[in-house]
This record gives sequence, C-alpha cells and structure tokens, in this order.
Amino acid sequence: MDHAAEHHHKETFITKYIFSQDHKMIAKQYLITGLIMGFIGIAMSLLFRMQLAWPGESSVVFKALLGKWAPDGVMDADIYLALVTIHGTIMVFFVLTAGLSGTFSNLLIPLQIGARDMASGFLNMVSYWLFFISCAIMISSLFAEAGPAAAGWTVYPPLSALPQAQPGSGLGMTLWLVSMAIFIASSLLGSLNYIVTVLNLRTKGMTMTRLPLTIWAFFVTAIIGVVSFPVLLSAALLLIMDRSFGTSFFLSDIFIQGEVLHYQGGSPVLYEHLFWFLGHPEVYIVLLPALGITSEVMSTNARKPIFGYRAMIASILGIAFLSTIVWGHHMFISGMNPFLGSVFTFTTLLIAIPSAVKAFNYITTLWKGNLQLNPAMLFSIGLVSTFITGGLTGIILGDSTLDINVHDTYFVVAHFHLVMGISALYGLFAGVYHWFPKLFQGRLMNKNMGYVHFWVTAVASYGVFFPMHFVGMAGVPRRYYQNTAFPMFDELTDVQILMTVFALIAAAAQLVFVYNFIHSIFYGQKGEQNPWKSNTLEWTTPTEHIHGNWPGKIPEVHRWSYDYSKTYEDGSYIIEGQDFVPQHIPLQKNEEELNH
Amino acid sequence: MTTPLILAVLVLVAIAIWQLAKIFELSQMGADRANDQIANDSDNKYNGYLLFAFLVFIYGITIFSFAKYGKMLLPISASEHGVDYDRLMWISFAIIFFVQTLTQFLLHYFGYKYRGEKGKKALFYADNDRLEFIWTIIPVITLAALILYGLYSWVNIMDINDEDDPLIVELYAQQFNWTARYGGDDNVLGDASVRLIDINKANVLGLDEGDPNASDDVIVKELHLPVGRKVNFLMRSQDVLHSAYMPHFRAQMNCVPGMVTQFSFTPTVTTEEMRLNPDVIDKVKRTNGLRAQRAAAGDPDSDPWEFDYVLLCNKICGKSHYNMQMKIIVESEEDFNKWLKEQKTFSETVTALP
Repeated sequence: MDHAAEHHHKETFITKYIFSQDHKMIAKQYLITGLIMGFIGIAMSLLFRMQLAWPGESSVVFKALLGKWAPDGVMDADIYLALVTIHGTIMVFFVLTAGLSGTFSNLLIPLQIGARDMASGFLNMVSYWLFFISCAIMISSLFAEAGPAAAGWTVYPPLSALPQAQPGSGLGMTLWLVSMAIFIASSLLGSLNYIVTVLNLRTKGMTMTRLPLTIWAFFVTAIIGVVSFPVLLSAALLLIMDRSFGTSFFLSDIFIQGEVLHYQGGSPVLYEHLFWFLGHPEVYIVLLPALGITSEVMSTNARKPIFGYRAMIASILGIAFLSTIVWGHHMFISGMNPFLGSVFTFTTLLIAIPSAVKAFNYITTLWKGNLQLNPAMLFSIGLVSTFITGGLTGIILGDSTLDINVHDTYFVVAHFHLVMGISALYGLFAGVYHWFPKLFQGRLMNKNMGYVHFWVTAVASYGVFFPMHFVGMAGVPRRYYQNTAFPMFDELTDVQILMTVFALIAAAAQLVFVYNFIHSIFYGQKGEQNPWKSNTLEWTTPTEHIHGNWPGKIPEVHRWSYDYSKTYEDGSYIIEGQDFVPQHIPLQKNEEELNH
Repeated sequence: MTTPLILAVLVLVAIAIWQLAKIFELSQMGADRANDQIANDSDNKYNGYLLFAFLVFIYGITIFSFAKYGKMLLPISASEHGVDYDRLMWISFAIIFFVQTLTQFLLHYFGYKYRGEKGKKALFYADNDRLEFIWTIIPVITLAALILYGLYSWVNIMDINDEDDPLIVELYAQQFNWTARYGGDDNVLGDASVRLIDINKANVLGLDEGDPNASDDVIVKELHLPVGRKVNFLMRSQDVLHSAYMPHFRAQMNCVPGMVTQFSFTPTVTTEEMRLNPDVIDKVKRTNGLRAQRAAAGDPDSDPWEFDYVLLCNKICGKSHYNMQMKIIVESEEDFNKWLKEQKTFSETVTALP
C-alpha cells in the first residue's frame, strides 16, 4: 500500500506546526523548547557563579535581571538558592530528559526502525504539549511574589513543605510541584509510546539484535522512566498533601517561628527514598540516550563497527537494572540504617563495571579507525572523556565511608556535572550536529563554527569542573550563598573566580552554536541525502519531510547497522568503492552476516 | 568594581565571537558544493592535532590544580577513624589517577593517531571476547577490593555503642544555628521534645523538666570535646533538615526533624596541637595575608584568623544556610572537665514557673 498517498490532504498551519502528530515535527518542537530552557538554565548558572566569585558585590547585571531580588545590585540570599534550584530542575528534567530524549527518541525511533510514525501520534502530541505546559508553569513560578522554589532541585521537606521555612516554599513551590507532576505525565506518555513503537513497529528484518544502539538506549531509557517516574509523582503528590491538606507523610515534630506544628509521625527520610528512587535512575535516563547517540556517531565517523555490540547491549541492560537499586547512595548520612548503606555501596560500585565496559568499548572503536572528525564526532569523543573523568570520582562518592566527608560538598557538584551534565550535553550537541540534516530538510550546520563551539566548550568545561573537585575536597559545602563566613575558605576565592571566568567563556561559546543553529535552519548548506555515509535507515528517507517517512515501501533490513569498512577476505569492500553497507542492502554473494 | 569590568569584557568577547562567526559565514558564501560542511582531510588533521593538544591540556590542568590547590585541602584528620578514612581516600585516588591518565591517553591518542585520510581503510574489528573479559574482570577485582575495604571501615565507623565510656553530646539544629547539650555529671541526657519548648521559660531545646536526668544537663553554643575520649553524638533538628558537618574529623550526619540520628568519633588532636601543624600554620599564614589585603582595602570583616575546628551546616536549610556554624574546641580531659564545671546547668538556667 502506498502510504504516502493517503496523506495528500491539505494541512493547515496549526496541524502542521503546532498540534502536529508527526514525530519529526514533534522532535523539532522538543528540541527547540529544550534548547530555550537550556539557555535559561545556563544563564541562571552564570548569575550564581558570579555571586560565588565576587560575593556580595553589586552588579548592574543583577540589578537588571533580578530586580527586587537584588537590592542595590547585590544578589539576595533567597534568590541565590532559588537560582540554584531552578537551574538544577531545568537542566536535569527540561533539557537533558525532555530536550534530549524527547528530541532524539521522537526523531530516530520511527526513522531508524523503519516505521511510518510513532505508535500513537496523538499521545505523542499530547506528550509534547504537556511538556510545554509544565515548562510554562516552571517559568511562571519565577514571577511568584515570594519567589520561586528555593529548596534545592531535590526539594527535600520540611524546607520545601513549610512556607515559614523560606519564602520560596510558598506559591513558588506549589507551582514547582504542579509543573513536575505535569512533566511526569508527559514523560510517561512519551516513554510508553517509545516502548510500544520499538516493540511493535520494527520493519521486516529489523530484529532486536540488528537495532542500532541508539534505539536500544532510547528503548531502555523509556523503560527506566516508566518504572521510576511514577514514584516521583507519588512523592510530589504526598508533598502537595502535606503542604496543602495538613497530612504528615514527611513531617513530624516541628517547631518553627515560635510555634509547634501539628505534624506527627512522618519522616523526611521517606521522601528522600521516594525522590531518589526516581532521582538516581534519572541520571541514566539522561545519560543513556547520550551514550546511544555517541555509539552511532562514533561508529559512523570512525568508519568502523562499534566494538562489542552485544556487550554494549548487555551494559545498557545491566546499567538499567542496577540503576533502580542504587538510590540509597544519596542517603548514606541521611539517618537511615547504616546496614542499608552497606548494601547500596555494593550495588553502586557494581554499576561501575558496565560503565567501564562501555568506556573501553568506545576507545577500542576508535582504534585503527579512519576517523572523520566532524563536530558531532568531536562531541562524542568529548563525551567519553568527561564520562571517564566524572565517572571515576563516583568510586569515591559511591563508597559510603568516603562519602561521609565529601557528601554535599562541591566534590559532588563537580562529579555529577562532568559525568551527567556535560556528558549528556555533549550527547545532545553530537546529536544535533549529526542529525541536523534529518531535522531541517537536508541542511548541514557550519562545521567551522562547530569546531569553535566544541573546542571552546571542551576547554572551558574542564576549566570549570576540574578545579571544583579541589573546592569540595577542601570542605566547601554546596548551596552556600557565599563562603565568606568561614576564614578557612578564604584562599579558595581565586579558584572560584577561575571557575566563573571559565563558565562565562563556556556560555559565550554556546552563542556560536545558537547563531550556527538558527542560521543553518534557513541558510545552511544542503548536503547529500546521506551526508555522513551512514548505514542506518533514516538516511534512506527523502530530505524533504513527508508524512509516513518513505514515499514508497518501507525498506527491508538485512543486516545490523555497523557494517563499516567490512571487506571480503581478499580485502575488497563488500560494495565496490564504498566503505559502508546500509542496513537495507541484502547480503552479497559470499558475504557472511556478522553482528557481534 | 571588577565585576562590571569583567562583564563588559565578556559581553564584548561574546559580540566579537558572534561577529567573527558571521564574517566567517559570509566569506564562505559562493562555494556550494554539497560536502563543504563535512570534515575533509585538513579538518581531520587539525582536529587530530587538537585532540592531542587537549590531552596535554587535561594533564596540564591536573598538575596545575594539584600544585596550586593541593595545599588548600583539609589538613590531616583529627579523629581516630579519620586516619583510616584518609588512607582509603588516597588509595581510591591513586586508582582513579592511574585509570584516568591511561584511558584519557588512549582516547585522545587514538583520536589523533587514526585521524581520517581519504582512501585510508579502517579495520573491521567488531568483537574480541578475550579483551572484553579482561576489561570486565579487572574492574570487578579492583572494585571488589575497594568495596570490602570501604565496607570494613563503614561498619567500624557506624558502629555506635556505649563501650569505652563515651561522652554523650546532643547536637541540636535550628534555622540558623547550632546548640550542644551535655549530660552533665551523670553523662545522661534528659528527655526532650520540640513539643515541650517554652521560649518564655528559656527552655529552648524542649527538655522535660520532670526528668531528673535533665536538671544537670548543660546547654552551650560552643562545642568542647576532650581529646582521646570517644564522643557519641545524638542529633536533633527542630525545623528542617540540617547536616552536622565536621570536616576536620571526617564526620557528617544529617539532623532530621522527628528522629534522633547518631554519629561517633574520637578526637585525637587538640585545637592547640592542630594550630602547630605545619600545614595549618601555612594555611593560616596565606589566609591572613589575604585578609590583610582586604583590611587594607577597607573591608570590615577581615580580622586576622586563628585556626579553629568548625561545625558547618551541610544540608540546604534556608536563607542563612551559608552561615550556620559552631566553633569546636578539642582540649585535654582536665581542661574539658574544668570548662564543663563552669557552665550553668539546665536547672539553673530554666526560669521557675511563675
């Protein structure tokens, strides 16, 4: 059946660009919303980094941007905490969960498995618009009279539950919780759609062991999301109950502002368990798609198969399973039973094993390759670099004993920014540079601006987060408005300034990306249909977007997606003069199927 | 003053980058071959070299950070278990640096060495069970060793018991200050609950006035600890989560409203002794140098600093979280007992019923 023929009915502006049910348009909507949120989040980080480098100094920037929150241009302590909180929330959930997964799962799942669209285009559209609403509510919380949520992105009660405890725990916190509840609904709808699509709509010949690792990563990420996000929803709902309806799930024995509150019998530790039951898998929800993108980008640009395809799948599954039983390492010193701490140390350090396997496999993929150092490839290599640097310090933080003295210090901040923040952002950038032609009618982004973007970002982000480990090892707690109250931290001011300057440089480099991105959408060079000479199915679709993706029949799949530089025994390429064999090409004479 | 200046410079740099990008873009107009924006041999070459340079940068920033910031780290541990803690920390660091140096080298060196060239053939190398076995089993063994060592230390540290006649101290947290309570002569804390707090009667910790153990309790705003004696801390919070962080003793535990949390350590170095530690002397000297500069610039909060142990709040607790602290003084047993005798007891401070 000629599917495309069904779709010749006229589309209005609204159905095409706004309430679109086409996965490619929804991917673009996710990407652009995610990027806008990302730049808001990054801008916030610059504000609080400036406060840390030059504590208590008056600045016209603060005055202009923070208004009443910066009397005489000096940043207020409450708004500092709010900025930290909203920065974390936006970056983790809105940029690196929805922006990354939402964009590339939507774009690539149907295209790479050979499907006309997602299983449910309608749910997909609803998922995006719920995400949009939650973004709008989160942004609107910035304008709450008493300020936005300011209890840290983990919003631990009682601080987050009691408006008496801090001004941000009033309307700002309510909006935060409502926004997150809607976000979770959006995420669940998206994830269910991804799972169903991958399981049911694979084209003929696309067995699970021929799936590109991108799809494996998105698929498993969606499963983790479905398992863990509902638990966060329950935490948010119970917190709303405690805040608004006087229940005592998380609160007990509280005396604040001269009076005893009625709460009895609840425990903040319960909230911590519920939060981190999502919170830790969330790290992998952020990271796995980035690693999936890296697998594809690295293999294509190295002109080599990904090393250890099956081991990579096993690692993804291993990480997914372990990720749901390690949450307690965020709570070693929360007051929970120390024996539980032992168990979580054990499971946490186990997760280093599949992670190490992945890192080694990436390195081996580069070995004896013919590396095409496109910007996407550089971001992928950069991802492996920050993944290793940031991941290794996890050995310290995952060890309950060592965690005692570095818990909640800048050592933690440095660790997770490198291993999940920067790494996942690199994954996002790699994906944007690589699949830009699929997103925007075959246009390519400017490579030289891409190089500038990568190199400045790479140097500056190490410049921010490497010295930060030392600040943490010196005992500086995170979420301090300024460190001037402790003379023992005086000599660290220099480091703070260095980190802030690097942060400003890194942010400036993102402007190059913004310019390149916007400019390339309209004026980018048109490339060939398959510009990176890639094997996956998305490059067999026409550059112009059409409903149903393929004008004729969906191609059939005959091999895995990593037949790069595959040769016969005599050393000649399988297809004469071409170092890659796309998935839809049948096995050639005398060719053996290899998918390891 | 420096802030607006630096900001102005950065804004200008940003504008400059933007404009350069634009010029660059314009200079490329005209050429419109489809493969223009795909890495060619010369791109591969330059970026290959840059990958190698980046490796040097990573090593460089590591060495720079250690040389410049290494001395700013915490001084030697001042508690018994802290020695063990520091040893485990350095073993972990040694492993991390070994793996980091090696893997970053391989990653970036391969990026440089195997940079693409037209016509070059990559090796179809998809699998090697032996290699994968090796790099699975090595992390397994290393991590098993670290886990065992870590758990051994953890069990020792978290085993809080009444052996060896520990001193019992309550740490009481509230927005935004700390209070310490000693059991007095009997070393037993009286019962307490936030529901018994009566500010009018100066019963700020909510002690049970009917409990005979409470009457000799000593409530203070400065934490004194005898050297060489085990201290068992019982921690409470009256409002939100706080965390009692004593970095010099490698000690930390959250204070949770509604429950009593515990931690225990034995201080081994008195405040006086620590002030004579060469590292600490250096640090104080450097810090006071900075503070003298600040004083010269007219900053009021820049008196010379004398080293003291300190208890910090390390769980976000609100506006003044950054300044929630209490001084800790470790002294000889005699000095400690003398100090404790001088303090007023609860029965002396609580005002009688009207």
